[in-house]
Amino acid sequence: MKARTCWDAVCTVEDLVPESGIAVWTDDGPVAVFYLPHRLPALFAISHTDPFSGTNVLARGITGDLKGEPVVASPLYKQHFSLVTGQCLEDENVSVKTYPVLLDGDKIRLEVPIDQSESAVA
Amino acid sequence: MSKKTLIVIGNGMVGHHFLEQFVATPSASDYEIIVFGEEKQLAYDRVHLSEYFAGSTHADLAMGTADWYTEQGIQLRLNEAVTSLDRDQRTVTTPKGQYRYDELVLATGSYPFVPPIEGREHPHCFVYRTLEDLDAIRASAQSGKSGVVVGGGLLGLEAANALKSLGLQAHVVEFAPRLMPVQLDTDGGALLRHKIEELGVQVHTEKATTAIVEGVDARLRMNFSDDSHLETDLIVFSAGIRPQDALARSSGLEIGERGGIVVNDQCTTSDPHIHAIGECALWDQRIFGLVAPGYTMARTLASVLNGDAEAAFTGADMSTKLKLLGVDVGSIGDAHAQTPGARNIRFNDEQAGHYRRMVISEDGKTLLGAILVGDNSHYDTLLQYTLNDITLPDNPETLILPESQGGAPALGPDALPETASICSCHNVSKGDICGAIDAGCGDLGSVKAETKASTGCGGCTALLKNVVDSELEKRGVEVSKDLCEHFPYSRQELFHLVKVNGIRTFRTLISQHGKGHGCDICKPTVASILATCWNDHILATDHVPLQDTNDTFMANMQKNGTYSIVPRIPGGEITPDKLIVLGEVAKQYNLYTKITGGQRVDLFGATLSELPEIWEKLIAAGFETGHAYGKSLRTVKSCVGSTWCRYGVQDSVGMAILLENRYKGLRAPHKVKMAVSGCTRECAEAQSKDFGVIATENGWNLYVCGNGGMRPRHADLFATDLSDEELIRTIDRVIMFYVRTGDRLQRTSVWMENLEGGLDYLKQVVLEDSLGICAELDEHMDGIVDTYQCEWKTAVEDPEKRKRFREFVNAPEQKDPVQQWTTERDQRRPVLESA
Ligand SMILES: Cc1cc2nc3c(=O)[nH]c(=O)nc-3n(C[C@H](O)[C@H](O)[C@H](O)COP(=O)(O)OP(=O)(O)OC[C@H]3O[C@@H](n4cnc5c(N)ncnc54)[C@H](O)[C@@H]3O)c2cc1C
Ligand code: HEM
Ligand code: SF4
Ligand code: SF4
Repeated sequence: MKARTCWDAVCTVEDLVPESGIAVWTDDGPVAVFYLPHRLPALFAISHTDPFSGTNVLARGITGDLKGEPVVASPLYKQHFSLVTGQCLEDENVSVKTYPVLLDGDKIRLEVPIDQSESAVA
Repeated sequence: MSKKTLIVIGNGMVGHHFLEQFVATPSASDYEIIVFGEEKQLAYDRVHLSEYFAGSTHADLAMGTADWYTEQGIQLRLNEAVTSLDRDQRTVTTPKGQYRYDELVLATGSYPFVPPIEGREHPHCFVYRTLEDLDAIRASAQSGKSGVVVGGGLLGLEAANALKSLGLQAHVVEFAPRLMPVQLDTDGGALLRHKIEELGVQVHTEKATTAIVEGVDARLRMNFSDDSHLETDLIVFSAGIRPQDALARSSGLEIGERGGIVVNDQCTTSDPHIHAIGECALWDQRIFGLVAPGYTMARTLASVLNGDAEAAFTGADMSTKLKLLGVDVGSIGDAHAQTPGARNIRFNDEQAGHYRRMVISEDGKTLLGAILVGDNSHYDTLLQYTLNDITLPDNPETLILPESQGGAPALGPDALPETASICSCHNVSKGDICGAIDAGCGDLGSVKAETKASTGCGGCTALLKNVVDSELEKRGVEVSKDLCEHFPYSRQELFHLVKVNGIRTFRTLISQHGKGHGCDICKPTVASILATCWNDHILATDHVPLQDTNDTFMANMQKNGTYSIVPRIPGGEITPDKLIVLGEVAKQYNLYTKITGGQRVDLFGATLSELPEIWEKLIAAGFETGHAYGKSLRTVKSCVGSTWCRYGVQDSVGMAILLENRYKGLRAPHKVKMAVSGCTRECAEAQSKDFGVIATENGWNLYVCGNGGMRPRHADLFATDLSDEELIRTIDRVIMFYVRTGDRLQRTSVWMENLEGGLDYLKQVVLEDSLGICAELDEHMDGIVDTYQCEWKTAVEDPEKRKRFREFVNAPEQKDPVQQWTTERDQRRPVLESA
């Protein structure tokens, strides 16, 4: 059975920083949203939580690409995570959650799971 | 359950070290520990005994504190010598009682040997071993004019220096034809003698004392076998040491022919419940009269008693390097060429007062030993060759020739032994790294992933890269000097491209000279280059995404995702009012507060959103950013200098503040540290910094390219007696040259070691302008100094930049749930649940 989800408006284009990330709070916890204007698509969202340290810091890492794959490097211990799949490049057993993300006018929307039925559904 | 009893006899250096090691093992809790010490004082640093005459107290020299013993639950019984040992009953007896043991450790050290000369019991005759001996010598020196040391060995010369420092005319009487007969050869001994006599100590060799009688002009007269004599007010015997094995002897333990308690590789005596360590122990027919082998025995025994069946003492290297009366002396391995077929290479510069000798194996391939007098700068390299059996180069003489005559520079990563620790966080040795490479790791990244090296604090990054590169090169792998997959250039080449083509953004650089979108290697590197070239604000829109998190948020990220704040305190000088502001801000935000090694204050635990608020307050009170997050100038440490210090000859604080304000904010390949001392006593430890300045009567001496940290390096003397202006210009040029040519994350020390031509080349470039670039370097530096801005001031004043400091952009009130706190020693600290 597919878990129920909603497209949550988490911030606006104004909040984004080109080539870098910001963090937002969602029903599913902290999420990092990256804006890489030189790519298509340009928006990526992954969990903000660094699985190696347990801290909420991934949005503050340096972005880039390794062999073409868009990645962010954890600011604490520098492991790389794919922005597309959430896979850690240094350790095949570790990955972070990814979220579908889209631009709706000037709003950034994330698809996050919900368990309360009263939440708005797009 | 009743505990077993462990008794340690002797509370000297080795006995104390043993306890430190043993109490850290799990087995320690099985034992009641009792320690007996004959001396009144707690174990102290005998190696630095002579500093007692220079003003050090017992507390300064002490190895631990009585509180430590109490905390560890160790019974410490000082001033209570053990007088007998009963092995059948397993008891020891002192004047105060009898004690039972299950395991016994003898760490009784040694005692000075006094030759059987008639008259040696005279009250003005002394030995040189304990604090009490020194008290007695000092008392006697008060009423005397001259003093003689019998024995021209290592300790004797040290004692002679002590007599000189007490204001006596000092003499050394040596039985052998030269000084330090054990460590030196004829030429080396002669040079040392010459240097020591220049310092006003008279040396008498080939003198055998026959009797000590009442003197005519002084208190005592020494008669020699050649019918000559010498008058003196006091005599110190330093004619060698004998192991203190009295208890072992009287209880029937096995003793060596010439003394010493016989021990096996586990430091256990002929009685399985009795162990001996330090100078009283005889291992493989040898006594080790140095502290390091004693410590190794102590560690071995601690492991043995903890049940480690593998632990074994396997001998120790007796090479020594020391300064005697200010003269460098070094002796390595087989210094006397006693190995059959050994050959010598000697370098003797009487003008400069340098003597060096290498002892080489018959096949010319390995270095067996060496002697150095007058200059120990070759010691470390030569020692590595000997200890690790490194094959000598084809022209081994280059190792001891001055660099101007074709001498070889110090050893690179190649020469580090397999056992050398590269990453201390994860305890990775060079051998582990070679193993990973042999198992298929073909680049730095995979070595890191495989061994975990350099994934802790990252302090070893540069050293690791050097080792990996050189190992790969050795295996015939072509090592790419490319920065990363995005740029086929080194940092130096990129610097050149940016400067020459006037490139001002990362995007331009990568589209013209690289490929892809960049990564966490090239982005911060380019950010640093752009900052040095153009000095824009690091949070300018184009630069923000290039920075490491520490640079982006201008604070150092800590393990729980919060930040620390280090305001600049130039030269470590701060007014009470500013200090109060720091305290108030820390209190308001509940920040953990600690004094750093760089003479300033670090405030920990600020969240992202608190950073700008805190800085607003600090800036209002007149603080500036301290750049503790940047690869840039950290602090200029200083001693208090001539303003207050009675020895100071220049205003070291004033100079430190001047330098710190001049170079603050300058971006470099790595962090840069400086220090200024007000006189040669060097209280600011300037010689361990990238730039060290030491005041002289006539100005300043400049030392460059030192560093502390994992692989410490003493800075090299670069120029002497500089005026203020000359000093600043010289530092300007060295830094600028470093900034332009240094590799990514290369400290000045490694940079200089890798410069072809080393120190001499650097001197030519900077002092003689051999490349004709000094004017350009000066201009570049002046431009940077003129465009300095406090990054935090600019940031807090700009609402756009402040937007970055929101933890969750859509939920300002939301606290980060993983940041949990507890209290320790009255301050807040993080609790981290593992993920
Ligand atoms: C002036 C000086 C300079 C030195 N310089 C250097 C140097 O530069 N480098 C170097 O490596 N080494 C140096 N040494 C040697 C170094 O100090 C010794 O190797 C080291 O102290 C040996 O430690 P230990 O614990 O074996 O003996 P000690 O430090 O001598 O300790 C033994 C202790 O046991 C006590 N003791 C003995 N018998 C009994 C008993 N029956 N009951 C109770 N207590 C007893 C003694 O009083 C003493 O306190 C120097 C020594 C001196 C004196
Ligand atoms: C992630 C790694 C590190 C961080 C975050 C860090 C941070 C700091 C900070 C904030 C200070 C205070 C500086 C000041 O007062 O300006 C400091 C000082 C110091 N650090 Fe580090 N450091 C790190 C790694 C290292 C390493 C690897 C070494 C050793 C090679 C080192 C050696 C020192 C020393 C010796 C000082 C005292 C400075 C002085 O006396 O001049 N640090 N460090
Ligand atoms: S501050 Fe430095 S030495 Fe201390 S734990 Fe951290 S990295 Fe290691
Ligand atoms: S270095 Fe010299 S001037 Fe500075 S505090 Fe030490 S003794 Fe005084």
